[in-house]
Amino acid sequence: MSSDLDRRAAPPGRLPGSLANNPRLDRWLTFDAAGHVTVTPGKVELGQGILTALAQIVADELDVALPRVRVTAASTPGSPNEGVTSGSLSVQDSGMALRHAAAAARAIHLQVAAQRSGVPVEALRVEDGAFVAPDGRQVASYWSQADAALLACDAPEDARAKAPSARRIAGTSAARIDLPDKVFGAPRFVHDLRLPGMLHARVVRPPARRARLVSVKDGTLPGDAVVARDGSFLAVLAAQEHDAERAAERLAARCDWAAEDTLPPEHALADWLRAAPGEQAVIAERDEAAGEPAHTLRASFFRPYVTHASVGTCCAVARWQDGALEVWTHSQGVYNLRADLAKALVMPEDDIVVRHMEGAGCYGHNGADDVALDAALAARAAPGRPVRLLWSRAEELGWGPVSSAMVVDVEASLDAQGNIASWREDVISHGHSSRPGRGAMPTLLAVEYMDPPRAIPNALNPPLASGGGAQRNAIPAYRIPKLSVGVKRLAEMPLRVSALRGLGAPANVFAIESVMDELAQMAGEDALDFRLRHLEDPRGRAVLSLAAEMAGWHGRTKREGFGMGLAYARYKHTGAYCAVAAEIEALDRVVCRRLWIAADVGEVINPDGVANQYEGGAIHGVSMALKEAVAFGPRAVTSDDWESYPILRFSEVPAVETRLIPRPDEKPLGAGEASLAPAIAAIANAIHDALGIRPRAMPFTPENLAAS
Amino acid sequence: MVAFTLNGAAVSVEATGAPLLHVLRGACGLSGPRFGCGAEQCGACVVLVDGAPAYACTLGIEAVAGRSVTTVEGLGTPEAPHPLQRAFLDEQAGQCGFCLSGILVAAAALLARDPDPDEAAIRAALDPHLCRCGSHNRILRAVQRAAAEMRA
Repeated sequence: MSSDLDRRAAPPGRLPGSLANNPRLDRWLTFDAAGHVTVTPGKVELGQGILTALAQIVADELDVALPRVRVTAASTPGSPNEGVTSGSLSVQDSGMALRHAAAAARAIHLQVAAQRSGVPVEALRVEDGAFVAPDGRQVASYWSQADAALLACDAPEDARAKAPSARRIAGTSAARIDLPDKVFGAPRFVHDLRLPGMLHARVVRPPARRARLVSVKDGTLPGDAVVARDGSFLAVLAAQEHDAERAAERLAARCDWAAEDTLPPEHALADWLRAAPGEQAVIAERDEAAGEPAHTLRASFFRPYVTHASVGTCCAVARWQDGALEVWTHSQGVYNLRADLAKALVMPEDDIVVRHMEGAGCYGHNGADDVALDAALAARAAPGRPVRLLWSRAEELGWGPVSSAMVVDVEASLDAQGNIASWREDVISHGHSSRPGRGAMPTLLAVEYMDPPRAIPNALNPPLASGGGAQRNAIPAYRIPKLSVGVKRLAEMPLRVSALRGLGAPANVFAIESVMDELAQMAGEDALDFRLRHLEDPRGRAVLSLAAEMAGWHGRTKREGFGMGLAYARYKHTGAYCAVAAEIEALDRVVCRRLWIAADVGEVINPDGVANQYEGGAIHGVSMALKEAVAFGPRAVTSDDWESYPILRFSEVPAVETRLIPRPDEKPLGAGEASLAPAIAAIANAIHDALGIRPRAMPFTPENLAAS
Repeated sequence: MVAFTLNGAAVSVEATGAPLLHVLRGACGLSGPRFGCGAEQCGACVVLVDGAPAYACTLGIEAVAGRSVTTVEGLGTPEAPHPLQRAFLDEQAGQCGFCLSGILVAAAALLARDPDPDEAAIRAALDPHLCRCGSHNRILRAVQRAAAEMRA
């Protein structure tokens, strides 16, 4: 569900997905005598349903019933290092690794059963984990051979997974394995972890992003709360959560901070982005024969900073014992977090164990990693005791990483026949990743306040081959003979920026699909027909046509106050396809009434799960399009509660219809991020249809529409 | 001490002035009610007090003396689920699930006073509850499914 960065460069060898870097089979799955297979992927559940999809893949390849598969949450060193759960890559990375590993495990077990029983291996069949001879006799099972250490070997490259037509569990809408706990209120989140002797901790935040703690007045604290301080990092610990909260408030009133103004002017952010120094790169250039430009269009698009706005706040539990650290976290990457904890705390990675537990929905690099360091720093004040540190709502919205504000300038022309002749585009943005575990310096929030303070390195853009950051979906997918796309990455990040669902795609697709609509209008052509005429990819054309058909695009009639718009993108140009048709109603503000989504994710592991991700991503897009903007003053973020950072509510949610184009023989392409950007662009085009206004700045509020 | 009924059982806890949410998650050992904002703005902490939705994050523990508190754990169990819990599973109405505890008890309160709510009434009843994953439409369908089952 979340976003991001790098797919690691494929190493040599032919093992699929993350198996290439972690080839040992028993790192991925083990059997027990009680009839279970335990799977230990390095990818983590973020609310996207990945554990269920992975269990389906394994059950199918092994020929065991789904309930026999138990998926263990990632941990160091208990699971293979699969980097970060991001970029809509988990089915590709982890799922394809597990498919191969399970196929290999099945072949190894059958070989052993054949040797021991004398039944030829090709005569054996697997029935729910039992190995059955042609006469119906059960000769062995995964469970009876569980202790034979058969999987203590590297995966063979020649393991063969089932043919797509033979799959029985992958490809079905199996129920989510994590959902029952969530509807019965059973402990499942890291927030619910209770360990003996556990203390509760809260951070006392400075009044500014750049601030130094000058002094703290002495005084008693409620509940015998204890103070933990490292430079300008300040936290309190108490046995009762209520006392920790009260102590944090009381301590905050006793602090003297030296604070500085460092943030850009919120009301003139686009101008600031243009003027700020940065590094310029051309990411696409094409100069082919084209018709003479007959009509030219220039437009500038803007998206403000936006944030994750998870409904739960970030939380971690940390415990120091004899100099070693154990951390429970909802991080997207346990090994990456461990690497940065080691750097931040100046200790060996081997002395740190990081265990994943679920958090509230994660849509990218939020404060999950930051709070783990906060908890570790707080727990230093109580060696041997587990310490649970929970962020407040103000910290969640005000101190987590945000997604970059962006400007996209486009100049495009049509020739006399209505073909796109040229397209020049300039993207201005911060980098889109300052994830932990990837550089020499740690990127966890508290390092800027610890003693000695260390600056968090400027956010990077992953290379385009890995999906890019600001460049993500910046290159139009349409046939354009003369093309130039440039990106300026800002040299500094006054507000810490990192990966959020889609990275640069929401702003880029908003710009490109708005321009496509406007060019169609200039050409006097229907917006769907114009797109289809310029789009060669047959799978892209198929989703566009399907979304239009679902929405009744060609037969639509104009209704006063309503508008319909269409948009398309293939996520990262290498991932899942999505087209969205949106219907909006223009009241005192714009309300999105309906969305029709056409999806192609290649092989579908769980159709209902994919639909859930597409629907959720599109609703996230509606929220971003219509409501969201981080507000800030010279020193700090001011949109730090749900009134100042509103997200879409039940009363505002559109009806959504989603259809998947099944492609069981194609590679899986991921699902979590594909629909967000097209949903935004479809709404922008629907607004034009209703009001005759071309939205240029997100969010599409009355104020921003009036200025467009 | 503060004595009240929690999910049908008599309990007694210290009168510390703490919010009900911390007491439910602390002394009472529950995990269903969740902290989301501490300011009555998101609904993650909502429980029923004498059958009506209440924000446990701001309600002092003393305020529930002698009253009946119901959390999502009190609606049903995996062995004997509330129709709403069954319907949420049938509709796969959730992604991360963090918001569901509050939404489920609010929906139970709605169905107790209006066994046949239309979609607008369900949206209105759930409007105080934020869901960031975008599971809203599934949740609306699940509440309608449970309502139909409870009327049958």
